[in-house]
Amino acid sequence: MATSQRMIKNLYRDSVSLMQFSEKLRVLDGIKQASAVMATENNISLLVEAGLLTNVISPSPNDLLIVVEGKDDSSMGAALDSAESMLKQKSTGSSEGEVRSVPPRSLEMSLESMPSANFVLISTPGEYAAAEARKALQLGLHVMMFSDNVSMEEEIPLKHYAHEHDLLVMGPDCGTAIINGIPLGFANVVRRGDIGVVAASGTGLQQVTSLIDRFGAGITQAIGTGGHDLKSEVGGITMLQGIAALAADPATKVILLVSKPPSPDVMKKVLEKAAHSGKPVVVDFIGADPASLTSGNIIGVRTLEDAAIASVNLSKGDVVQKFSSVLPNKYTALVQPAKNELNKEQKYIRGLFSGGTFCYETVLLLNKTLGKVYSNTPITKDDEIPDVWKSLKHTVIDLGDDLFTQGRPHPMIDFRLRNERILQEARDPETAVILLDIVLGYGSNMDPAGELVPAIIEAQEIASKKKRKVIFVGSVCGTDSDPQNLSQQEAALREAGVLLTASNAQAARLSAAIVS
Amino acid sequence: MINKLFEQDLQVINVGLSSFADSIQQTGGKSLQLDWRPPASGNREIGMNLAVTVNDPMIEEANRTAHDRFLSAQPILMGVEQAGRAITGLGERTLLHAGPPIEWTRMCGPMQGAVIGAIMYEGWAEDQDEARQLADNGAVGFSPCHHFGAVGPMSGVISPSMPVWMVKNQDQGNMSYSNLNEGLGKVLRFGANDASVLERLKWMESVLGPAMNVTIQELGGIELRPIIAQALHMGDECHNRNAAASSLLFKKLTPALLKTDLPLSDITQVLEFIAGNDHFFLNISMACCKSMLDAGHGVEHSTLVTAMARNGVDFGIRVSGSGDAWFTAPAPMVDGLFFPGYSQTDAAPDLGDSAITETAGIGGFSMGAAPAIVQFVGGTPQDAIAYTREMYHVTIGVNGGFTLPPLNFESPPAGIDVRKVVDTGIAPIINTGIAHKDAGVGQVGAGITRAPLECFEKAIASVA
Repeated sequence: MATSQRMIKNLYRDSVSLMQFSEKLRVLDGIKQASAVMATENNISLLVEAGLLTNVISPSPNDLLIVVEGKDDSSMGAALDSAESMLKQKSTGSSEGEVRSVPPRSLEMSLESMPSANFVLISTPGEYAAAEARKALQLGLHVMMFSDNVSMEEEIPLKHYAHEHDLLVMGPDCGTAIINGIPLGFANVVRRGDIGVVAASGTGLQQVTSLIDRFGAGITQAIGTGGHDLKSEVGGITMLQGIAALAADPATKVILLVSKPPSPDVMKKVLEKAAHSGKPVVVDFIGADPASLTSGNIIGVRTLEDAAIASVNLSKGDVVQKFSSVLPNKYTALVQPAKNELNKEQKYIRGLFSGGTFCYETVLLLNKTLGKVYSNTPITKDDEIPDVWKSLKHTVIDLGDDLFTQGRPHPMIDFRLRNERILQEARDPETAVILLDIVLGYGSNMDPAGELVPAIIEAQEIASKKKRKVIFVGSVCGTDSDPQNLSQQEAALREAGVLLTASNAQAARLSAAIVS
Repeated sequence: MINKLFEQDLQVINVGLSSFADSIQQTGGKSLQLDWRPPASGNREIGMNLAVTVNDPMIEEANRTAHDRFLSAQPILMGVEQAGRAITGLGERTLLHAGPPIEWTRMCGPMQGAVIGAIMYEGWAEDQDEARQLADNGAVGFSPCHHFGAVGPMSGVISPSMPVWMVKNQDQGNMSYSNLNEGLGKVLRFGANDASVLERLKWMESVLGPAMNVTIQELGGIELRPIIAQALHMGDECHNRNAAASSLLFKKLTPALLKTDLPLSDITQVLEFIAGNDHFFLNISMACCKSMLDAGHGVEHSTLVTAMARNGVDFGIRVSGSGDAWFTAPAPMVDGLFFPGYSQTDAAPDLGDSAITETAGIGGFSMGAAPAIVQFVGGTPQDAIAYTREMYHVTIGVNGGFTLPPLNFESPPAGIDVRKVVDTGIAPIINTGIAHKDAGVGQVGAGITRAPLECFEKAIASVA
């Protein structure tokens, strides 16, 4: 290693920029050490001490001294040349540059940029969701927790806090809600109107709001409670708050409640609250006997579709129609032609669902007409499917079950798992009907029909090789205002031969009629 | 409240999947995407402890009290006295040092060098070997400066005979102290302890200290905040750059010093010494900050950070509502520029009590005011402003006594809130000199570093 030096006359740079400049020289080819300093007595002695200056030179404080240590003369010469030209260059740095700013990193910090924020939507991994919800509530903000895997031990204090402070906590595991006309999470774009919804089930909420839109009415609010809310331990806090808020809301004329049957103590509280709401309340406790719910201003219904129809009747000031469990006339014409396509061996329905509530409602309806239906959302333990990967007689599977979503996106987004299962069912000589739900809206796949149709075509090819045909039945949950557009999705599915009904319930009844 | 929400525009802060924020906007709502990451480095328990403290009325009230006391402080430089006389309770054979508590054997090179130097300076030992033996045998006590209201830059070693600045907070009456700055090069605070270092210390004890004391008495004390306020307008941030403040102090001292009956030779020496050291004001700046922050210390439930200090091994913080506790983590390395002949491999980890300046809202927190030194961090004046702006997000408020011209005369962010640091993950920024890892070499560079988040995460558990 050798050293080399150069003096540049009458050039001043402050010590800090020279230190920075030295850093630049140090990384040049063949250079080990470099230093640029004003040639003061002190600096010269520093360089001598550091071994960069072998000869003591006389100080000249107005001049700039560059010393380099490098492997040979040529690399040192090149480094000194480029150092000199860099120093004499005019600065290209802009003095008017933008001051970078930090994006909001906490809820409190977000309030600095959005001071009138009133709502927090949380979809972090479940283990961190409760802490964020807690902060939001303590900052006086309403909360929707889309996140799942939040324990009831964490949920309960959050809901108590929210209740004490008249704040809303939707969730945890609240997949969807519509507040002030804005769809949150997985939600459909639904017309505004005068029906207020509180639902413990995500797809239940999507079905009733979409059907309300389809039937020409609209909603004020659709409040999700999350799946645990109506358990004894939580006590239905969010549903009770929701009923009270909708009761007090002048824009809401009709209240609609959707849930699996709550625990008896919670059911009592909810029905009492509903009875005192001063408004007609339609209740679908999926699986509960409608007659046991109906009393005074409360109208019990059996299906999500009936819930939507009853609400729309009330919204329009009509008499609530009588509901029947029979397949409506408009679908009966589809039954015989479908039956004609099936051979004797083809006896069973295979329901492949992306929405848990659609799946459960289907199990309940099929069970009424067909008897035993195997499922991973069974009515009794006896009906639990022994192997979720393999259908048995009438089988209805919720592919949104945690078991299927480990490490994979939800089947409303990613159709690969369902499409594979469609082909698997088509290979089974006992499959008569493949029953599907198709969910539109924000958060869902942007073209579900486009995902399904190729699988349907392939399934029919598989079946036709065995001289069979499989009947596809389904319903699309969505609206024409959804980004996927309901009409276009339905048209594409019909084109592929899928028999479509307006609701999940009718799709189940149609399927049952075909295999009966 | 829920019904009020129905009447308002929905304005959503979105924490998590960003597509949700997009769809809210596409459907006519307002949303703001949070740049979220798991708080407290993903530790759920600390994260939950933190959550319950957010906007807690008791903590908010405590922080207002602590912050008010901190800002109401009126630090006055009262004089200079030997540490042993000035600081009550300082043991006869006790040395003070920078940062959180540390045993002799764990001390970094520069601090051990300074300890050996101080032992010889006090005459407790004849030479280095003997001094080292005393330390090894536990014949010398060690205590953090902070435990005695004192602060010292770098190793921060203060021994009983050393002169210290005495600063009194007129508002609350608390006293704070700092040693006198020795200048650059071979100095005790970087661990140098040869004859020239000890000789200078003796001169400071016998000439500089007494001269400063009579001068300050002549002036009837010196109000410190106005000097810092003015220096911030002159390109100092009063931690890594004290050129303006030192000059302002020099202007105040000189006429008064000339009025004393000290011999002219002493006056000349003293003035030459002060004039030759652009960091002469640093220790006073530190004592001033300590004075202010101690006023804010001891408010129950307050999450105000009242000290950040490093001993070259550990970084520690103290919190107003957490009494005498230190919350520590390994001291970080400093990202900076190095003097000729030195590089990162020569550097000691972050060292010194001087981060008290950042704790009080100057130093790195007022970097926007000091474009001349922003190149230490490889940046532009805009970067300097950005650092200051970033710190507003972790402070309880601002220091209204100071303003920063490049930020349209906004007041600097001041009074770090433990909760905000943990919640945002924004670590306080610190401007600092870099010491050589070996004793006695001195300063080898300067740059910036950030306080370790771990200290703040540990502190949360104690306040929650």
